[in-house]
Amino acid sequence: MTPETIFYAVGMPLIGVFLGLVYKGIDRRVSARMTSRIGPPIRQPFWDVGKLLLKETVVPANAVKWIFNAMPVLALASSMTLLLYIPFGIIKAPLEGYGDLVVILYLLTLQALAMAIGGFASGSPFSSVGAQREMVLMMSYEMPFAIVITGFALIYKSFSLSTIASTPVWTIVGPLGGLGVFLLLIAFLWVTPAELAKLPFDIAEAETEIAEGMLAEYSGRNLALFYLSDAVRGFAMIAIEVVLFIPFTLSYLFGLNLSGPVLYIAEGLWFLFKVLLFYISAVTLVRTSFARFRIEQASRLFWVYVNIIALLGLLLIWVEVM
Amino acid sequence: MAKTTYYVPIGPIHPALKEPIRVEAEVEGEKIVKVDVKRGFAHRGIEYMGMKRNAIQTLYLSERICGICSISHPYAFVIGSEKALGIEAPHRAQYIRPIIAELERIHSHILWLGVIAHEIGFDSLLFWTWKGREKVLDVLELITGNRINYSMYMIGGVRRDLKESHIKALRDMITYYWEFTEHMKEVFLSDPVYKARTRGVAQVPKDMALKLNLVGPTARAAGLRMDIRQDIPFDAYADIDVKAVVPQDIVGEARGDAYDVTMVRIYEIEQSLDIIEYCIDNLPEGRILAIPNYIALLNKIKKTEGEGIGAYEAPRGEVIHYFRYDGTRDGPSVWKVVAPSYNNINSWGYCLLGAEVADIPVVVAYIDPCMCCNDRVAVVKDSTGKMLDYSYIHKRAIEKTRMLEKELGVRR
Repeated sequence: MTPETIFYAVGMPLIGVFLGLVYKGIDRRVSARMTSRIGPPIRQPFWDVGKLLLKETVVPANAVKWIFNAMPVLALASSMTLLLYIPFGIIKAPLEGYGDLVVILYLLTLQALAMAIGGFASGSPFSSVGAQREMVLMMSYEMPFAIVITGFALIYKSFSLSTIASTPVWTIVGPLGGLGVFLLLIAFLWVTPAELAKLPFDIAEAETEIAEGMLAEYSGRNLALFYLSDAVRGFAMIAIEVVLFIPFTLSYLFGLNLSGPVLYIAEGLWFLFKVLLFYISAVTLVRTSFARFRIEQASRLFWVYVNIIALLGLLLIWVEVM
Repeated sequence: MAKTTYYVPIGPIHPALKEPIRVEAEVEGEKIVKVDVKRGFAHRGIEYMGMKRNAIQTLYLSERICGICSISHPYAFVIGSEKALGIEAPHRAQYIRPIIAELERIHSHILWLGVIAHEIGFDSLLFWTWKGREKVLDVLELITGNRINYSMYMIGGVRRDLKESHIKALRDMITYYWEFTEHMKEVFLSDPVYKARTRGVAQVPKDMALKLNLVGPTARAAGLRMDIRQDIPFDAYADIDVKAVVPQDIVGEARGDAYDVTMVRIYEIEQSLDIIEYCIDNLPEGRILAIPNYIALLNKIKKTEGEGIGAYEAPRGEVIHYFRYDGTRDGPSVWKVVAPSYNNINSWGYCLLGAEVADIPVVVAYIDPCMCCNDRVAVVKDSTGKMLDYSYIHKRAIEKTRMLEKELGVRR
């Protein structure tokens, strides 16, 4: 155990939770402003978590108790681990040598899976319907997601996220490949709300249909853990997108010659700003301007249209690389 | 492998429902294979209360039957009462009444449009429509003094007169809503996601709508040309040629699904604007009450023997009030209310069978249900099927209280 390991083990979850909740707060505020409301203060998600932690944790009588209680922990752990794989601008990812994009794909799935299993274990009909929907949705959006990752692997001849982050993708592809990457970006933007269970793909949690679905029976500490894992996952997912599609650093864009701590702080803030922009355009804007799809409509959308876009992008990249 | 079915209980308390009703659905995956609708959770005995009061008090009570149709029930009440009493409202009152009623129709329809948007998860649209609805509520507040429960009608007229400033506000409002409905047509009727969620959902064909006794926009969306204002015209509606808004006049065909209901409701807002405009253009001068003295009115009711039926086309469908004054007291001896939701809820069983779980909120909301309107009688049975009467329930309640007192060690 080096001091570095201890710092990552303690520091990363704290930073991740803080950033995730801040972005969630900004998202709620911006969304409220877009619908001519005032909205809660940005610190509201922190109060929400605090209040949930104080509340009683109720376990339904016919639930499988240990699975029911373990799943929130698993969800939070998987999204925390996810953070360790993402390079923040020029700050290297702590676990960069130990995994790659495929691990990230699995970790993202694990969180959704934990929620679905928790839903099944709770024994409520609403949760069961919600968990079924989540499984169907997961089967639909994982395919375009995998295609996007394959496309990047084709370009870089590597699955490593730090290799991808070191050179912006747009500088090493030609016009044909550029179009391909653009199509991959469009496909990825469709996948984002589904992955984060936001409108129009919050089918598994649909409030008016199945009363929050998988989360219907969760309360108190368990619900707080799911809330935190959701916030962290939101930040992590957008950060991955920023690393993949707009990894331009300040020094690359403006040719700034910074050094020492100033460089790290400036680049870190620039990265957070990019994430904020992407978060608002990919999550907040979309969730304020769409109605919820039915599950079979969402499945068809991913299996037919998004898949075609992603495959077309992959094809263009393949043609150029060959 | 045998297919397993789930039992999904919706209600009496559920986020898709704002009022208590129970829908018991058996679900196979996402598909509903068996459905049962149970009602009777919001019985308030309002008719019984009405038959113990005088007619003017009952008029205000009738306004409290529904929170949103707060002019429809009094309208049917005053029409029925006037028929029973044989009095006619002055001309000016006959033109003021439709103005208020149509204002209410506008606010009710916009409210419904927000609700249906919320049910399919389109919350931004809910906020936008409800923001637009504020304008008509402001006008109602200006004219009547209240945003809801206006206390505007009186047997034989209206209680408040329209002033010049009111008419100016009404004209402003009409201009505003002509623009607003144009936007609404764009947002609701051309939006692909809205179309995808409502086309074919809650579809009731014309013959089935007749069989199920549907009324109001729900029936008109199925293509039935029925509207109380057209079929049994009264007050100023007799001067205006009101035509029922049906989808076949707008787009050429009526499918009777949630999308058509939306269309009918948006076009009815425009129709209401036309009616209001006609009424304020042709507003006659004169009195607003046939019998201005309430004591005299109550005396007349006390001496009158007769019965009457008042029917009015509420935003949700037809409201019918039946009265009998038997000449012994100053209130109705019989008062029977029929609200539109009672008929329209019949469509739920038909629409839900074979639908998906995701369609439940749309099916539930597309008739604009009002539970407190339609729970008239509560029949309580014990486990053996024996009907329980008042004295038995009272006795049981006392026993339960004694038991609880004993358990908690409390003595009175």
